[in-house]
Amino acid sequence: MHPALSVIFFTVTSGAGYGLFAIASLYYLINSPAPLSANAMLVICAVALLLITLGLISSAFHLANPKNAWRAFSRARTSWLAREGLLAVLFYPLAALYLLTVWKGVGGYVWFSIISIVSALWVLVTIFSTGMIYACLKTIRQWHNALTPVNYILLGVMLGGLIFLLLLSLYQPASTSLVVVISGLIIITALAKIVYFFWIGAPAGPTINTATSFTRSRVRLLDVGHTAGTFLTDEFAYQVARTKLIVMRWLVVLFAFAMPVLIVWLAAAWLPAALVYALALSSAFAGVFIERWLFFAEARHVVNLYHGLQQC
Amino acid sequence: MKLGLVIDLDTCVGCNACAVACKQWNTSGTTGPLTDFEPYGKDPTGVWFNRIRNYEVGDYPNSKTVHFPMSCMHCDDAACVTVCPTGASYKREEDGIVLVDQDKCMGCNYCAWACPYGARELDREDGVMKKCTLCVDRIYDRNLPADERKPACVMTCPAHARYFGDFDDPDSDVSVIARERNGESLMPELGYEPVNKYLPPREKKHVAQYINETNAISKVKDWVNRLVAR
Repeated sequence: MHPALSVIFFTVTSGAGYGLFAIASLYYLINSPAPLSANAMLVICAVALLLITLGLISSAFHLANPKNAWRAFSRARTSWLAREGLLAVLFYPLAALYLLTVWKGVGGYVWFSIISIVSALWVLVTIFSTGMIYACLKTIRQWHNALTPVNYILLGVMLGGLIFLLLLSLYQPASTSLVVVISGLIIITALAKIVYFFWIGAPAGPTINTATSFTRSRVRLLDVGHTAGTFLTDEFAYQVARTKLIVMRWLVVLFAFAMPVLIVWLAAAWLPAALVYALALSSAFAGVFIERWLFFAEARHVVNLYHGLQQC
Repeated sequence: MKLGLVIDLDTCVGCNACAVACKQWNTSGTTGPLTDFEPYGKDPTGVWFNRIRNYEVGDYPNSKTVHFPMSCMHCDDAACVTVCPTGASYKREEDGIVLVDQDKCMGCNYCAWACPYGARELDREDGVMKKCTLCVDRIYDRNLPADERKPACVMTCPAHARYFGDFDDPDSDVSVIARERNGESLMPELGYEPVNKYLPPREKKHVAQYINETNAISKVKDWVNRLVAR
């Protein structure tokens, strides 16, 4: 699949924003009363909303006819894209209610617990829907599996956790237990992504034989029927050398997972905390951007079978 | 009604007339234009509802060239309609034709991702998705003579390799021929239940092959032939 920059930026950035919101609201709830000033919490949530909004704006650049984008919420009954859009838009009033609760301290502890948990679950379901946009497509076997939404949720929450560490350290030192939790999260995310890399390696799905209905003999493409590119080749025929993909996989493991954990635990002795977390976060962001590029670059749509590929 | 096409892979000669007739009709039809880019340039490209690819099936000497026209299969379980977030893609209740309402489409490409057959193409000029309409603006046109109320591709096919009709009627031309000649669906394992059927090439009598033997007698014969020819 053609890796569109707007979609890569959208999924990574808004995923990180939602992850930050989930981590921050749960942290604020679990460590209440007042582990962190309400003002600091408002700033952290504002950063989360900024990331979410930037991501959503970026997604509109993927549309060829954005003036009809407002219609995209109308088919939530069947379409994961509509569901994601609806959840994303309806999150804003919920976030406003949550921020009001934090700011004014209204409603007592029960209300505060309910709104915190609902907000955290809401953002997780939103990231899940983003993942399901891809996972529901039977035409792309690299996406059509349970690990796709799992990876989306874990990567979003992992990035959110690192952003939270950085922002928290601007106000107060982060507790060791929080650093342990975030490190554990990174390791779980890494494991899920590595399992995914192996998972999609097994040959499966349609072949050129089932695509052409000639299942009892070999089928080879003689002529594709067009002399230049088409919409189909622009969108689906994107292909990268196998060796490059392997290198990129190692870069994902290195930048997104290995470096952040090493930086958080080893550099902490020498550098100020905020700088340590900023370095870890930059590395993780770079890694997850590569991961998202790879998610598209490795995906092979079945229409390529008609263009001569033997198996997707 | 369940309208669709039957395509006979035995008689299709790969002339591309169906694709050209389709483009000619639909570029000025209700879903037109089918924009072209650089039509006379080095790399001409553009929107087509129907594309023909050519395959070699089997191994030499028991191989056959198969010409393979493909357009929208008007699937019973059309994933392109399921995933469309705007409601622009829809499947008609009355005849099963899958269409795009171009006034609602936002050009997100999601339906093209969901379609395994490459039936949907984005018109980069208009920013909306376009696809085969089964010539919906032709098959119901009462101004046309009754025998011309067919899709343009079916009308034009010089090899009579394309049939159009109602698959819900077990006695219609398409149902009968699909049944009798084992019409196949493409990628049935995805479960989209494509309506269009492809008829496999008929079994043909095997042609005896000329095998160039080289033994002592044939060498003498060859030598004599060359001598006489001289």
